[in-house]
Amino acid sequence: MAIVAENVQSATLSNDEVLRYSRHLIMPEVGMEGQLKLKAAKVLCIGAGGLGSPLAMYLAAAGVGTLGIVDFDVVDFTNLQRQIIHSTEDVGRKKLDSAEEGIRGINPFVEVRKFETRLTSENALGIFRDFDVIVDGTDNFPTRYLVNDACVLSGKPNVYGSIFRFEGQASVLATREGPCYRCWYPEPPPPGLVPSCAEGGVLGILPGLVGVIQATETVKLILGKGEPLIGRVLLVDALGMKFRELKLRKNPDCPVCGTHPTITKLIDYQQFCGIRGEEAPVTTKVPEIQVEELKQRLDAGEDIFILDVREPHEYQICNINGYLIPLGDLPKRVHELDSSREIVAHCRSGVRSAKAVDFLRQAGFRKVKNLAGGVLAWSDRVDPKMPKY
Amino acid sequence: MKILIPTPLRQYAAKKDTVEVPAKTVGEALSGLTSQYSELRRHLYTEDGKLRAFVNLYLNDEDIRYLQKENTPVRDGDTLSIVPSIAGGCCCSG
Repeated sequence: MAIVAENVQSATLSNDEVLRYSRHLIMPEVGMEGQLKLKAAKVLCIGAGGLGSPLAMYLAAAGVGTLGIVDFDVVDFTNLQRQIIHSTEDVGRKKLDSAEEGIRGINPFVEVRKFETRLTSENALGIFRDFDVIVDGTDNFPTRYLVNDACVLSGKPNVYGSIFRFEGQASVLATREGPCYRCWYPEPPPPGLVPSCAEGGVLGILPGLVGVIQATETVKLILGKGEPLIGRVLLVDALGMKFRELKLRKNPDCPVCGTHPTITKLIDYQQFCGIRGEEAPVTTKVPEIQVEELKQRLDAGEDIFILDVREPHEYQICNINGYLIPLGDLPKRVHELDSSREIVAHCRSGVRSAKAVDFLRQAGFRKVKNLAGGVLAWSDRVDPKMPKY
Repeated sequence: MKILIPTPLRQYAAKKDTVEVPAKTVGEALSGLTSQYSELRRHLYTEDGKLRAFVNLYLNDEDIRYLQKENTPVRDGDTLSIVPSIAGGCCCSG
């Protein structure tokens, strides 16, 4: 299928552009006709982060005439490991501005439209209206469902990509004959049940792989060439370097793209993702101790057992000499702990250790507390020499 | 049959990426898996025993919802893939 951009008839290429795109023009699959389609096309990139960075760069290089970018975030130091459109000098800058500069540097012929806003049910349809293809590079479930529904309702294809650590998924959703995200996953995971990100992180290169797959699919849709990933999911396993394909079927009973849709306008996606599950979100309130108090009491020679529930590779980054039992191993190693001692459990930011304290209290431990804020807080307020990660 | 464990669930399956279980149907394969790794059960099934809607199962490359679901028969050499929904950069290591 091809995306027919409205203004393809009036698109022209200057001599500079002809030279720039020569390697496209000499290929029959693109040629002058294809390059003019690219120039006339308007693509909306949702997110200028891990997936959005390589996506925007390659679409700019390919000569997509208009690139819209939706992002309200600021470049953070930890982004640089994978968000390659941003450079070290851009830390602290709006991602939109940094991305715009990166795009113009690659290709000044691209018109950049910036949307410095969170995508919401109120603004999505209006923002999508002027674009031909939507590329989803977001990082949370509510927005995934919002983008999907808005694409179906607006009749725009959703070039989907997502990642987790070193695995990725890519597909082209929300086409008229093809499936949408809800055909594939009718419901999001309930917040309390998303597999714990205790071993979180992401291989920096991975969004590069998947983002460029998304860029490739976008270009193919515009050109109307090749076989897009409609009705198919590409699963990427970067560690094994294995690419597998699964069939994705359109569900005739899909509430948004089926034959009798029940969702005809955008809903409250936070609510959809929050109450959808069978279990309520886990917000356990456990006894806490602040980093200053722990430091004071340790310095005074008090006998406090520090339990570190992070992973071994995190311990190597920095630690406060705690006894390491990764959270996942706690149930089977709980006998290593002495419930008569005062125990302070910690992790990186206090989330995992709160779960550890909850577990230990349920196991009968009475003198256990959570170090609020974890090693991040320790670095902030007790020992600035401790690296943060 | 071979069951492919996706990254987000490996921590509940002794960090394995594949598990072999004897089975004649998809349902049997899943029972075999969850009896070996009981922590997986609540990530795959709701409290009333239904497969969770954010986890899809594929026999080779076909979604079992379009086959016979858990009654789908399994042959030698078949692979069952567990494919949960993922949403990218939400990784908050806590």
